[in-house]
Amino acid sequence: MRVSVSWLREYVDLPAHLAPADLEQALVDLGIEVESIVDLGATVTGSLVVGEVREIEELTGFKKPIRFCRVDVGDANGTGELQEIVCGARNFTVGDRVVVILPGGVLPGNFTIGARKTYGRNSNGMICSAKELGLGDDHSGIIVLPESSPAKPGDDARPVVGLDDVVVEVELTPDRGYQMSVRGIARELAHAVGVPFRDPGLVPAPGATERPAYPVEVRDTVGCDRFAARMVRGVDPTAPSPAWMVQRLTTAGIRSISLPVDITNYVMLELGQPMHAFDADRVAGTLVVRRAEPGEKLTTLDGVTRTLAAEDMVICDAGLPNPLAGEGAGVPISLAAVMGGETSEVVEGTTNVLFEAAHWDPVMVGRTARRHKLFSEAAKRWERGVDPALPLVAIERAVRLLVEHGGGTAGDEILDIDHVRPRTPISIPADLPSRRVGVAYPPARVVDLLEQVGCTVASGADRLAEDPGEVGVPAGGTVALTVTPPTWRPDLTDPADLVEEVVRLDGYDRVPSVLPVAPAGRGLTGQQRRRRAVARTLADQGYVEVLSQPFVAPELADLLGLPADDPRRRAVRLANPLSEEEPLLRTTLLGPLLGVLRRNLGRGQRDLALYEIGAVFHPRPDAGTPPHMGVEHPPSDAEFAAADAVLPDQPRHVAVVLAGEIEPTGWWGAGRAAGWADAVEAARTVLAVAGLPDDRVTVRAAEHAPWHPGRCAQVLVDDTVVGHAGELHPAVVAALELPRRTSAMELNLDAVPAAPMLQAPAVSSFPPALIDVALVVDASVPAAQVQEALVEGAGELLESVRLFDVYESEQLGAGRRSLAYKLAFRAPDRTLTVEEAVAARDAAVARAAERHGAILRGA
Amino acid sequence: MTYRNDPYDPKQVALLDPAALAEAVAAAEKAFADAADPDALTALRPAHLGDRAPVSLARREIGALPPAAKADAGKRVNEARRAIESAYAARAEVLEREQAERMLIEERVDVTLPYDRRQKGARHPVSTLMEQITDFFVGMGYEVAEGPEVELEWTNFDALNIPPDHPARGLMDTFHVAPENSGMVLRTHTSPVQARTMLTRTPPIYVICPGRVYRTDELDATHAPVFHQVEGLVVDKGITMAHLRGTLDHFARAMFGPEAKTRFRPHYFPFTEPSAEFDVWFPEHRKGPQWVEWGGCGMVNPRVLRACGIDPEVYSGFAFGMGIDRTVMFRHGVGDMRDMVEGDVRFTRAFGYGA
Repeated sequence: MRVSVSWLREYVDLPAHLAPADLEQALVDLGIEVESIVDLGATVTGSLVVGEVREIEELTGFKKPIRFCRVDVGDANGTGELQEIVCGARNFTVGDRVVVILPGGVLPGNFTIGARKTYGRNSNGMICSAKELGLGDDHSGIIVLPESSPAKPGDDARPVVGLDDVVVEVELTPDRGYQMSVRGIARELAHAVGVPFRDPGLVPAPGATERPAYPVEVRDTVGCDRFAARMVRGVDPTAPSPAWMVQRLTTAGIRSISLPVDITNYVMLELGQPMHAFDADRVAGTLVVRRAEPGEKLTTLDGVTRTLAAEDMVICDAGLPNPLAGEGAGVPISLAAVMGGETSEVVEGTTNVLFEAAHWDPVMVGRTARRHKLFSEAAKRWERGVDPALPLVAIERAVRLLVEHGGGTAGDEILDIDHVRPRTPISIPADLPSRRVGVAYPPARVVDLLEQVGCTVASGADRLAEDPGEVGVPAGGTVALTVTPPTWRPDLTDPADLVEEVVRLDGYDRVPSVLPVAPAGRGLTGQQRRRRAVARTLADQGYVEVLSQPFVAPELADLLGLPADDPRRRAVRLANPLSEEEPLLRTTLLGPLLGVLRRNLGRGQRDLALYEIGAVFHPRPDAGTPPHMGVEHPPSDAEFAAADAVLPDQPRHVAVVLAGEIEPTGWWGAGRAAGWADAVEAARTVLAVAGLPDDRVTVRAAEHAPWHPGRCAQVLVDDTVVGHAGELHPAVVAALELPRRTSAMELNLDAVPAAPMLQAPAVSSFPPALIDVALVVDASVPAAQVQEALVEGAGELLESVRLFDVYESEQLGAGRRSLAYKLAFRAPDRTLTVEEAVAARDAAVARAAERHGAILRGA
Repeated sequence: MTYRNDPYDPKQVALLDPAALAEAVAAAEKAFADAADPDALTALRPAHLGDRAPVSLARREIGALPPAAKADAGKRVNEARRAIESAYAARAEVLEREQAERMLIEERVDVTLPYDRRQKGARHPVSTLMEQITDFFVGMGYEVAEGPEVELEWTNFDALNIPPDHPARGLMDTFHVAPENSGMVLRTHTSPVQARTMLTRTPPIYVICPGRVYRTDELDATHAPVFHQVEGLVVDKGITMAHLRGTLDHFARAMFGPEAKTRFRPHYFPFTEPSAEFDVWFPEHRKGPQWVEWGGCGMVNPRVLRACGIDPEVYSGFAFGMGIDRTVMFRHGVGDMRDMVEGDVRFTRAFGYGA
């Protein structure tokens, strides 16, 4: 909301010189975010004066009509002669008073005005539009001062057009509807600065009369618990809005339309009460306030024809037949609380104006505004809460303004259908603020502060007197307060709300700093520690961590070559994705991670190793929707479990992708390209870091998209597949435009069991017996299985086994390969004899021979 | 035994002559001095100290001397030999030292040669900052609570005192899981973890909840649809706003140095009452010491406690939260939010391992 300080000063006695910084601090301290404070006087420098147009010479022959004007600027130009100015606007005539900036002046945007030759004439200055002066967006013509203005040529134009003011733009929190008005902000400033406040919302206004101002029938008093109206007849339809009113509306970003409409907007800005002005002659019958019938139509003031829903409230003209809605229901002429309709709005010739000020259900208005995507100034206020005590005050203010500036006669009859229920008082112990905030507020201070915000406070014996006040702050005594919040504070419903008002007005800066002592915690969980260890280790191994966005395209599943029945094809879909192309949540980290890989490649990187740890999302088919759960009491464990069971499975995965060289070429020799083996090793590393001993980890060949079927490893812990690693399928590499041999690994970290309690080995100090064996096997036999056989066969004397060479040769024969192992044997209690070591080796080789047909080379 | 019969012949004992011995010593000393390295010196040893060396031969001649002369001659020979031995040893020491020194020079390498045989890995600064913050609170006795990113509307909104038609829901720019009435959203804040924690634990509760959150903001220099928050929640008997302030001040000092402090501004959050936004005084800001908007906080709204099964008459609590990405940005002078999400390795590597 944008409002000028001069308007605020009408209701709050601010110091004459209030520095913008002090004003800002005062507002911020009260929880009002200040977007900007502009001292308009400082935005235009130099001579900005009132001028009277004396002569206009139309210049032709240019692309657009141009006027050469002679303007009386009094003595402001130092000579008293007429100022010659070229002007492109046409909305003025001889005799009009306008705003002139003389050469040397500077307009907002650092636009310096000089004397210059243009359109063949000398132009000494400029006649200004509101936009050029930074007073609004109106650039349709220059400012022409109203007849009523007393300004004379040569006068400083700043006060005349409102450039002597300070404009504050504030951002309001959604709970404080009352602040969306001059009334509300002035009230807050009065608190902050400690000066008197005259509440324009509490001025006396005449009450309802016996005879209604207009026949009105409110059929739904839940949606509309108050409806007031009054007529002004015989208004001069040509009467303009006063300049000061237009200016204040402009400052607030509201366009001037006509005097009656401007008045409704002005009153809304001033008091916070949205209003409507009907042309009484364009309404045929009784006004009926009711819910809309589904499918009813209404063309709102913005020219849009809207189809209404059963929940929308409408004001209808019962003089118009409406078979759809039933007898007497009338035709909607206004979308209540949100926007008026075209058929009944005030128009050029309107002379009889019916002002309406009502009070609507904020929830209804919010829903209607969202449904019709119509966040009008009125709707914004209704949704945040409007003072239900305002309608008659607002009507009185509007009627007076209209009679004053538009003539006409105020109707004697005043309508007020009032079903507003009185506020329920809130009981709080007087020491509750102290106990919640940690500042000792004496009860009298609490009462004083609550009264300052408009509450009515009654004191009594504390029914909570036994409350021990365990907060370490001395209990404030045995006083109980019964607090009735003011009508303009629908947000004050709970004791906690009152606590906030106390600390807010007393000052947040007075809250001391006290460190609470937490009970002993248990540190990170195993899962949390593991995730960190994995992240650190991968970084240590040369991988760069990525936090990619989880939004993916449906086509990704095809690009990754996932089979039709792959569970990764079933993804959570967003109802409102940022991009229609990417409406799904990832089911594998690889999609987004490969996207990041490609972005880096596109930026000139070649050798890349990336990793990510993050959630993937698997919807639960046929899970339905969560059961309804209220907030008055907590859901039962069963209810909450049922709700949770609807949520997608969201396991945390870890993935790596590799392209280019993992070891670069350098002065030490050739580099090494990253490949499938690095990806598999990354998987092994993750599991090792997770604390799993090697003997519980199995790696075996598998075919699994998006990997190369011949270069894909399935990684298991015990008998559970936890992930895959290897080189990507060439088709995937091609489809995603990745470098050849791009490799990847993805593991489900949540599927990896907790690290076991590891047992210490017996460390023998006797010397080892070291024996190398080379075994020739079919190339199709996995090395892991050969090694497994060796380990089993060798028995307990085997301390370690390591594959140190793999080769194939013609000599070995096609489809055969040699695997060379270093075996280390050692006994815990003696030095092994050669015979013992050889026997163990023979047993190992025998098992490999028996299981895989392995032949000992050189034997 | 008669001396007369001793086969003494002065010619045969010429080597025992003092002059001859002196000459042998001088010759040896010269030869040793000329030796250029330990190997050359070793090669000289037989000629001057070996069996056929003059001093060795001279010793043999002692036998030819009359007994009365033997002692004197033996002493002379021994002195000569010792002189040669000592010359040898002295030279050997010099040569060996010289050789050792030479070797250290010859074996010199260019230690400035790069040896980046592995790529440089790195942690994302958002991850490391989250860990750092987590560690700080774990050190104070807090535990880490986590929750799902696709969340129930109930935990993300209703339980936090944001009923379906609350204006705050509109401000949250929520991603809804399809269909729109699925009752599920991408969590808009880490606060649903609060609700989950209170439902599953009994006070005293001291938890910190780091995690990813989502809003329907297009990615630009200052916004991202996916970002990170850390949220703290304390529920205990007698918790006050002063405790909240004390905790945040302590935290601010840990993150921004001993001069750091916080400033509260009244604000509105449905799940806290009273609520505040807080700023931190950051002395090392790259644009000079200044207040920086940091996060939101407040006393847990009793309605939230009630919805989560905690009796607000017995317990009170505070909660606070801040954006991690934004914190990284102002702490480390990151100018563009996109750098945080695009995964450009040049950006991330600059943060190293982020101990």
